[in-house]
Amino acid sequence: MTRIRFSSAPGFFLGTAAAVLMLAGVSVAEAQSARSPAYTAARAAGQVGEQTDGYLGVVGSQGADIAAMVRDLNNQRRAVYTGAASGKSTIQEYAFTTGCKLIRDTRPGEKYQGLDGSWKTRGAGAPELDPRCP
Amino acid sequence: MTSFELTGTVPAARSPAMNERRDMIEQQGQIRSGRRAVRAARMAGLTVAVSGMVGLGGCIQVAAPDKPIVIELNINIRQEVVYRLAADAAKTVQQNEGIF
Repeated sequence: MTRIRFSSAPGFFLGTAAAVLMLAGVSVAEAQSARSPAYTAARAAGQVGEQTDGYLGVVGSQGADIAAMVRDLNNQRRAVYTGAASGKSTIQEYAFTTGCKLIRDTRPGEKYQGLDGSWKTRGAGAPELDPRCP
Repeated sequence: MTSFELTGTVPAARSPAMNERRDMIEQQGQIRSGRRAVRAARMAGLTVAVSGMVGLGGCIQVAAPDKPIVIELNINIRQEVVYRLAADAAKTVQQNEGIF
């Protein structure tokens, strides 16, 4: 039945396929761009914080789920840093530069690592940044 | 006075090991300033070992400035690279918002 319909109406088939591809593309883009609800909540609650080295850290003692999530995100970050740094810099330098931006982009209430290594809560003003940050 | 004693502490720095052989050194007619340094240390109530440590500390302080600065810059974060990467890093964060 369907075969007959497709062969008799190729234009419809192509249109449907294009629509499906577009939908798939949008959903993939959304998956890449949006933080997971768990990650968003952990950031807002100050359970995780941005470290100066460009990776996430667990603030204080948190549950195993938080630790696993941070480990997973850091693995993904390292992969991104590794790919992006190739031919330009060391992975450490790329991660550090990104970390500067991530700390600068923290929102009030979120945690970040200060110059002395301790966790700071981002206030309304500028965060403490490493003097080497651009 | 003090500066003479400091320059003369090269033999004094060795002297902790030679503490018991001090008489022998004196017989051999070592440099006067070294003996003076030893005497000054004793007069100040310090042991010869302490004066030797002070002498060594002086040597390390002179040598220290050469060592760390260049090495640290090379191994850790290179400033000019960080500045060059800033725009690139911002783009990377934007493209991978889910993990940042």
